[in-house]
Amino acid sequence: MAHTDTAEPTRREFLYIATGAAGVVGAGALAWPFIDQMNPDASALALASIEVDVSAVEEGQSITVQWRGKPVFIRYRTAEEIEAANSVPLSDLPDQAARNSNLPDGTEATDANRSAEGKEPWLVMVGICTHLGCVPLGEQGDFGGWFCPCHGSHYDTAGRIRKGPAPENLLIPPYAFVSDTTIKIG
Amino acid sequence: MAGHSNYVPQSAAAKWLESRLPVISLIRGSFVDFPTPKNLNYWWTFGGILFFVLIAQILTGVVLVMHYTPNTAMAFDSVEHIMRDVNYGWMLRYLHANGASMFFIAVYIHIFRGLYYGSYKAPREISWILGVIIFLIMMGTAFMGYVLPWGQMSFWGATVITNLFSAIPLVGEAIRTWLWGGFAVDNPTLNRFFSLHYLLPFMIFGVVLLHVWAFHTTGNNNPTGVQPKSKQDTLPFHPYYTVKDLFAIIVFMIFFVWFAFYVPNYMGHPDNYIEANPLVTPAHIVPEWYFLPFYAILRAIPDKLGGVVAMFGAIAVLFVLPWLDRSKVRSGSYRPLFKQFFWVFALVCVALGYLGAMPAEGIYVTLSRICTAYYFAHFLIILPLLGLFEKPLPLPASISEAVLKGGSAHPAGAVSAPETK
Amino acid sequence: MSTMIKMVRVLSAVATLAVAAPALAAGSGPHVERQSWSFAGPFGTYDKAQLQRGFKIYKEVCSSCHSLRLVKFRNLGEEGGLGYSEEQVKAIAAEYTVEDGPNDDGDMFERPAVAADAFPSPFPNEKAARASNGGAYPPDFSLLAKARAAHRGFPWFVFDAFTQYQELGPDYIYGLLTGYEEAPEGVEVPDGQYYNPHFMNGHFIGMAPPLSDELVEYEDGTAMTTEQYAKDVSAFMMWAAEPHLEARKKIGFRVMVFLVFFAGLLYFTKKKLWKNVAH
Repeated sequence: MAHTDTAEPTRREFLYIATGAAGVVGAGALAWPFIDQMNPDASALALASIEVDVSAVEEGQSITVQWRGKPVFIRYRTAEEIEAANSVPLSDLPDQAARNSNLPDGTEATDANRSAEGKEPWLVMVGICTHLGCVPLGEQGDFGGWFCPCHGSHYDTAGRIRKGPAPENLLIPPYAFVSDTTIKIG
Repeated sequence: MAGHSNYVPQSAAAKWLESRLPVISLIRGSFVDFPTPKNLNYWWTFGGILFFVLIAQILTGVVLVMHYTPNTAMAFDSVEHIMRDVNYGWMLRYLHANGASMFFIAVYIHIFRGLYYGSYKAPREISWILGVIIFLIMMGTAFMGYVLPWGQMSFWGATVITNLFSAIPLVGEAIRTWLWGGFAVDNPTLNRFFSLHYLLPFMIFGVVLLHVWAFHTTGNNNPTGVQPKSKQDTLPFHPYYTVKDLFAIIVFMIFFVWFAFYVPNYMGHPDNYIEANPLVTPAHIVPEWYFLPFYAILRAIPDKLGGVVAMFGAIAVLFVLPWLDRSKVRSGSYRPLFKQFFWVFALVCVALGYLGAMPAEGIYVTLSRICTAYYFAHFLIILPLLGLFEKPLPLPASISEAVLKGGSAHPAGAVSAPETK
Repeated sequence: MSTMIKMVRVLSAVATLAVAAPALAAGSGPHVERQSWSFAGPFGTYDKAQLQRGFKIYKEVCSSCHSLRLVKFRNLGEEGGLGYSEEQVKAIAAEYTVEDGPNDDGDMFERPAVAADAFPSPFPNEKAARASNGGAYPPDFSLLAKARAAHRGFPWFVFDAFTQYQELGPDYIYGLLTGYEEAPEGVEVPDGQYYNPHFMNGHFIGMAPPLSDELVEYEDGTAMTTEQYAKDVSAFMMWAAEPHLEARKKIGFRVMVFLVFFAGLLYFTKKKLWKNVAH
């Protein structure tokens, strides 16, 4: 830039700085719509919660339903499975947080905190391995719970990570029993 | 594009890069140090404005594609999904749709500036021809883009325009079927138009670089049409023209934003808010406003093939313009007769636009024919003859002299020595 | 500076003419009486009470024939809309039944609508709609206020770009709904059609006059006249077609203010920069 005119350098510089600053602010404001358009849109955010009829699920059986594009495991556990889960001391768990959306953060990962409130046989979990997002297989693995074939993560009968690379227990979505046989997820 | 850079790499890293890929000196030579005639008026800012609009169209377009579905069953609804659900979707779509009109407003001004100041004449013929090519690709891009929302005008516009090709003798029908990928405008047509609509802007971008390269090789034209003679006649592009162009771009944006935010559907057709229906033709099929002059020429000829030939001829004639205008003087400012014919021609073009929107009947047909005849006569008869018979005004010896004297178009401003760098 | 002034003059003359030309195309439509709307102009906003009344008209009168397939119940509670709370939206949605499925037995079933559902259409498809309406197809309401923007002839369309007159659609709809009259003598109205000189496609329309005084109960004391009903439902249709109108105008104004300010700064920067250059 030419600097032949030095009579009023401060005023000139102020003008240049103000113009440049306005340009930066404008460009920033302009960028936002281009970024925000990639966030979930109104229709995705409004995706309805689903209601699942579990009257046909018998003890020892699981069903998988789709919620927000993801699989959700609903399992009616056997007494042995519940006992197996309860017999594990918390200190044996790699992840000791309940990861239950219905309970406050920091709740301990006991079996009671993982299963449905007042209905301990029922386990409702998002069927996505917390490692890299594969869908684990049921009634498999070293702990009789779930096993993720992608990278060998083993979950127990309460869906808690026990062995393998996954860092967290399987996530429990917000849900509630609206009647004895109907679960509302979301 | 290079060759005007005063750039000397300072740091070791810059030297390292410069000896391997001299991209910094290329950019500096083209857009920083490039010697630009100091007398360019605001009509010259439309080049920069066009570059801005091209980038804006590409950016909004890429983003819209993230939400659009090119399938006849879903296209219309996916556009409405953008308008209703996507965050700022309505803004991005209105900017893109109005941006197309802004692009043509700017390009028409840019073309008429070139026509007035003789920017097509030697040695800038290649730059001009590349510009006409850009204009052609733009028209294709805009046409195919208008099909994508799959409204009634999308569908019937596509039908009418693709049917033009059936006028070609012998192979016309085959070409039309090939364009459609079927026996009517349908899903295959929509898919290929979508693909090409995404591709062509990048081709425009490529040709724009060639266009700039060409006139950076010859140097810019300027309002006097006299080549710069010395360093006194030019200024470095930056900061003089970067700031001036940016100012012009922002003023243009005010105009743009007025339409996009306050009257966003003004340039569109209401029928395009009705989903395409292959069984019902709307009462009036009109192309987008920027095609109207050519549409008027098409309809002025009472013969199918003749109309199509005339329409494409109206653009083809621009390719040979550098050789049709025989005058040695570039700038219209020094050509008293040409100046008058230029304005008549501009008026005829606007009249053609008006006539293109009118029903093809009665007085409108007659007027369309007169205007079409004049359009071609301007290039094929008037310009060659003017070169022979017109007596131009005396040209200034240099740009600096013209500026100091203060020609008719340029009032004598504060006169002082140009800044030395 | 004189080049700039000249330029502005030339540009405004040529550009407006050229840009506005398509508006000339269909200047031969019905005469559209201009109404005053709360959403007109650069600072226009929807009148929530009016939209709610218009929605009531739609629900109780229009929806038996006209679909609203692009509007979702949740839209009723969204910003810039009718101003309903989440609970109210849920309650409104629950009044409707939508088809869902398939269930575990592979059958489709019906359930009460939720906020995320779109308004269910009165007919399963266009053919069914035509069959029930004497061959006429009651158009979908979602975009009608934008699709029925009858163009104005020269020279009005030139001014419209500057005065921001964008309410041609609701004006037309209002005109149509209040435009039924006795056919003039000598004009024979075909069977199953009604005389309405405000209709776009000829003077005969397949829709019987849908509104009449006292037809719908207003609880807020607004006049229960055909004109008021027509106005309210037209406003509702404008909202349905352009639900983000308020945000658009609000953001548009901010953008304008910024650009004018920035252009001013750039103008002075440019002037300073070029001060010592004769050009």
